[in-house]
Parts: sequence; C-alpha cells; structure tokens
Amino acid sequence: MVADVETVVVPRPHESLAARILRSLAKAPVQILLAVIGLLWLVPTIGLFITSIVPQSAISTAGWWRVFTHPSLATFSNYSALIHDAGLTSAMKTTAYIAVGNTALVVVAGALAGYAFAWLDFPGRDWLFIGVVGLLVVPLQMALIPMFRLYSTLGIGGTVLSVILFHAAFGLPFAIFLLRNFFVGIPKDILESARIDGASEMRIFLRLILPLGLPAIASLAIFQFLWTWNDLIVSLTFGTTPITVWIYGHFREFSQSIDVIAPASFLSLLIPLAVFFAFQRYFVQGLLAGSVK
Amino acid sequence: MAPPGPASGEGPSRYRTGALFLLPALVLLCVWLVYPTIYTIVRSFFGPSGYLGGWVGIDNYRTLFTTSTLVTAMKNSAIWVAVVPAFVAAIGLIFAVLIERIRWSVAFKTVVFLPMAISAFATGVTWRIMYLQDPSQGAINALGRTVKDAVTPPGVLPSAVPSTGLLQPHGGALILKTPLHPGGVALLGLTGIAPADMPSGSRQAAQPIPKPGNIEGVVWRDFKPGGGKAGVVEQGEIGIRGVTVELRDSSGTVVQSAKTEANGAFDFTNVSAGTYNAGIGGATFAKPFGGYSWLGPSLITPALLIAYIWIWAGFSMVVIAAGLAAMPRDVLEAARTDGASEWQVFRRVTVPLLAPVLSVVFITMVINVLKVFDIVIALAPDSTVANASTIALAMWRTAFSAPFDFGTGSAIAVFLFLLVIPVLALNIRRFKREI
Repeated sequence: MVADVETVVVPRPHESLAARILRSLAKAPVQILLAVIGLLWLVPTIGLFITSIVPQSAISTAGWWRVFTHPSLATFSNYSALIHDAGLTSAMKTTAYIAVGNTALVVVAGALAGYAFAWLDFPGRDWLFIGVVGLLVVPLQMALIPMFRLYSTLGIGGTVLSVILFHAAFGLPFAIFLLRNFFVGIPKDILESARIDGASEMRIFLRLILPLGLPAIASLAIFQFLWTWNDLIVSLTFGTTPITVWIYGHFREFSQSIDVIAPASFLSLLIPLAVFFAFQRYFVQGLLAGSVK
Repeated sequence: MAPPGPASGEGPSRYRTGALFLLPALVLLCVWLVYPTIYTIVRSFFGPSGYLGGWVGIDNYRTLFTTSTLVTAMKNSAIWVAVVPAFVAAIGLIFAVLIERIRWSVAFKTVVFLPMAISAFATGVTWRIMYLQDPSQGAINALGRTVKDAVTPPGVLPSAVPSTGLLQPHGGALILKTPLHPGGVALLGLTGIAPADMPSGSRQAAQPIPKPGNIEGVVWRDFKPGGGKAGVVEQGEIGIRGVTVELRDSSGTVVQSAKTEANGAFDFTNVSAGTYNAGIGGATFAKPFGGYSWLGPSLITPALLIAYIWIWAGFSMVVIAAGLAAMPRDVLEAARTDGASEWQVFRRVTVPLLAPVLSVVFITMVINVLKVFDIVIALAPDSTVANASTIALAMWRTAFSAPFDFGTGSAIAVFLFLLVIPVLALNIRRFKREI
C-alpha cells in the first residue's frame, strides 16, 4: 500500500498557465518541507552505513560525516573481517533457521486451524475460536519464566527448535484469526462442489484453500519472518545466538567494538530491507491487520 | 439432501477431522501459552527461586511498588504511554495530509516507512551512534554545536586563567581589582593558554604608556619559556589579539569596550574623571559546546522516545493515509466549496472522519510501548539502562539477571498482562466490528 495508493489528481481543465504556475508555487513550501524531512529521516540509517565502512581508529576521533570530505577513509575491511568471523556466520545461519522455521510452522499450523474454524463444522467450534483469539492478549513476557524452566528441565534450552516453537505459539493466535477471517470470505459454492465431487477435506485444503488464501498467507508469512528475524528478547532468554544476540554480546565495549557492531547491524537489516522492498504491499497489509498484536 | 463428507458427517468423524486440522495449533497454544499463563500467575505469589518457592502472598506485588528500580520502570512506561502514541499519531496525520499535495508521495512514504523493516535492536545501535556526546562524533550534538556556535560563538580563550590574584572572576568575566583613573594603565595578564590556542598573528606584548585622559592597557600571555615574572610584561611574552576588554565605572556598569591589537594593546579614550575597573569580557572565556549527554541518566528516556517515534511514524502515516484515501472526497470538496479554509476543512471534517483510524494507531502504539524492550537494551549503555528501564525490561532484568528473582519477575509479567488486556480487548472488539 506504500506503493499502490496514488494521489487522485483532479483535472482542472479551465486553468490558465499563470494559475497553474501560482498553484505550484503555493505548493513549494510543502515540497521543501517534506524533502527536508525525508532527508532527515534517512540520516540515521546512512550514518550507520557509513560508520560501518570506516575504520574504528577514524570513527573514534571524528564523526562519520567526515567521509564526505575524506572519501579515502571508506574501506570494506570491516566487512571482510566480519565475513571471515565464524561467530557471525553461525549467528546469521541461526537467525535464518529461526525465521524460516517459525514462518513455515506458523503458516502451516495457522492455515490448518484457520480452515477448521472457517469451514469444518464441529460442536464448540465458535467458542474455541473465541478462546484462541482471546490468547492475543497474552504478552510473551508471561511465558518467558515458565518456558525457561521447562526448557532447562527438558534440556532443550539453547536449541533453535525451542525458540522456533516459542515464536510460533505466540504467532498463532493472530495467524489463526487472520486466516480464518480470510478463508470465510471464500465463496461457499466452490467448497461445496468440491465436496460433492468427493474430495477429501485435506485435498480441498491443499488444492483450493491454500491457493485462494495466498494473499493473506503471504502477508502473514512476511510479518512472521520479519518479527522473528528481528527478535532479541526470546533468543536472549533461551540462549540461542542469532545476529541480534551476537551483536549484543559486543556491547560491553561499544565504542571499541564499533567496527564490528556497525557492520554487523547493517548486515542484519539487509535481509529485512530486501523483504520489505520485494513484498512491500503484503508487508503493509500484514501490518495493518497486525495492529491487534 | 446434505452432501456426504467428513465436514457434515455424523458423530465422531466430525470431531476427528476438526481435531486433526486443529491439533498442531492447539498443542502449541496449550503448551506455550495456556500453561505458562497459568503458571506465571500462580508463580507470582511464590518466592524467588525453585519450581514454586515458598508462598509469599502478595509480597511480590508489594515489591513491585516499593523497589526504586521497578518504580522507575513504571514511571518510564507511563511517560512512554503519555508521549509516544500522541506524537506518533500526530506526526503520521501531518505526513499523511501533506503527502497528498506532492507528486513524489510514494518516495516519501517509502523513506519514512523504512525504519519499520529494521529491527528495534538495530535501530537502537543506529541511534546510539547518532547520540554520541562528543560533538565531533555524534551527529545530533554536532548539529547542536553548529546552532549554538552560530548564536553564541565560543570564546578565543576558553581555558585561560588570570596570572595574578589582582585579576578576579566576576560572572563570566575577569576584572582587575586595582582601581584606575584617567591616565592609568591596566595590565591584564593571562596564563593557561596552550601555544596552539593563541590567536594567530599575536606578537610581542607592548608595555602600555600612560596617556592623559585615556586608560591604556595590554592583555598578554603572562608566561614565557622558563616562567617569567607574574604581572610584568617581559621580553618574550606575547600579546593576545582580538580580546574584548571592558571598562566599568564605580557602579559596575560597562562604559566602554575595546578589542586588543596584535601586541595585546588596547586603549579607552576620553575617560572622564572618576574611578574605574578594567576587565576582560566573559565572551572571551565562553566554553565551546561540549554536547548534551543524550545517553546519560537524565536524557536517556527522551532520547529513546525520539528514536522510537522515528520507527513508528511511518506505520502511523501509512495507516492514516489509507484512511484518507478511503475518505469520501465529495465531503471535503463540499466543505471547500462552502468557503471553508484548508485549516477548517482539516479540523472540522478530516480529523473527525479519521477518528476511527486515529484510534487504531493510538491503541496499537499503547500496546507496543508497554512491551518495549529491544530498543532500550540496544540504545541505553549499561550505566544508564536502570534509568531507562521500562516494565517489560524490568521484568526481564529481574528474572534473567542477578538476582534471578522468578517470583517478582512473574509479578511484573502479570502486571504487564493486566495493563495490556483492556487495551487489546478494545482493539479486538473493533476488529470484530470490521469483519
């Protein structure tokens, strides 16, 4: 929606050239104001990027903007050092496993349950649905202590799977809510005729519901992916080391480690940015719907 | 006839199909949400360690309101709730209305929305670099220095001190205690100036020669290699150029001021009879802007609020812009045709029609802000993280760092839960209405 809502231009056929010039002049202050705001909004991200390509020795004595007057300061040595850091590569892998695993699990479990709540008729269905939606109010802080205990008892603390399951559970109430409401909107005739043809419920789910529900599923998937990719608190609590936790581990010496922290932070946001630009529309839809979370 | 099939089948098969589809979700929800919620509520009435610990009644909740670090966290969360939703909604509204007037609104939206994709943690890192205190490192303090130096330029000699006890501080200025009369001489010696900090072009200090009706004087660096004699202008001691000197009458009012020359000399001409004091103006010693301590204890929360608003303004703008796009244009046009000014249209038509959307933004932000965690831990240095703490962070620090108090940690989590319920319930009701 960022990209596809176009301003409606009302045609003004009887406008003279002078009037048109006057009108665009009247808009100039707004144009300039928004241009300045837009630039200011970019400054922190640009600052992070430039900090990430300047040696630590240069950044400890002068601001990152010195690169504009001394372009020779820029170097990729921070990044090349980082890429050869086994800790970072393993943290990136952990991040990817958690984000992908969680997304897949939430989509599958959420879609199955969403279909059941939308189209399967069984007693107590609506009460159960209300109960599931009610779980939206539980903040994840409520589960940190008990799951930490349980994971230690079971000896699975610090595993990627333990973090995936935790994320997935907290993603599910919203996923079920979103998908159930989307699936309900699928025309009943399509499902009924498939049932008359003798298709099993699983077949209907796989062949009809999933393809038709793709827009909602895509929004959900992107939202879940970004949420888990960017997570800190869950992994920090259960002892896995995705990229956020890895960077956090360098915080004790923030300014001495800036040549590690800045490039690693920038690397960590490249994937979310790529996802954002590739799927902007779904991302915003998911976010609009995600306002309940 | 109802078609045959599992969904509308009779008896157990209906349950079985439903149960199969629901099984994965229900297992996850029961083990990771329902059980922990019950456990945490129960746990909040028990002592710090063990599976349950000893029964302590509501002591953990008392601790919540009597421990200073936890009270700080609650106060901070109250500030977050009071400030962030209002600012985010207002900024989003302003942006959403303004971008309707430009052709490149898509570009603007993308730029402002971008921080939404970045993790709160990375945002914390980003802003921590922005907030560095040294103005030559932190962009925000660099901006502060540029503005401040334009308004009040730093003095030529911020570090200088008097060379003798005769020259005494008075406000920011230095005043020569020795009373002067027309025809008198003022020797204003300074030390503590590094050679590199001496104004350029300064040369050998001139011994002032008395002139009738004038007060003559010199400002010089009363120091030469080997030391020299304090209060006496000697060969090898250098005058300081460009210093503002002031002449005050006996009531302390500045009656004349002058600038020193390259040899440090200055003169006040045509001084009428009376008793005077000479001195060096306070502007000479004005310290350069040292930068605000954004990451220090008193500014850390405002610093966090700014960074957080930077993230969420884009969300607010996009939601409100979607609301604006769905708004009946003819209503606005009708108001304009009736002669309403743009401001009146905005105030009386646009805002009331947007009220539902604005409340969505507001409620969403209240919930987000109550759970804020990552950005605080990323932006606040260890030394100030206690001053910046919020409820969610206090919960984590209480339970998962020393003293590892699971009882109080559970109580904080339950408290957070209770705060979130009413807000989220409102939101779900709205959602039900929409669907």
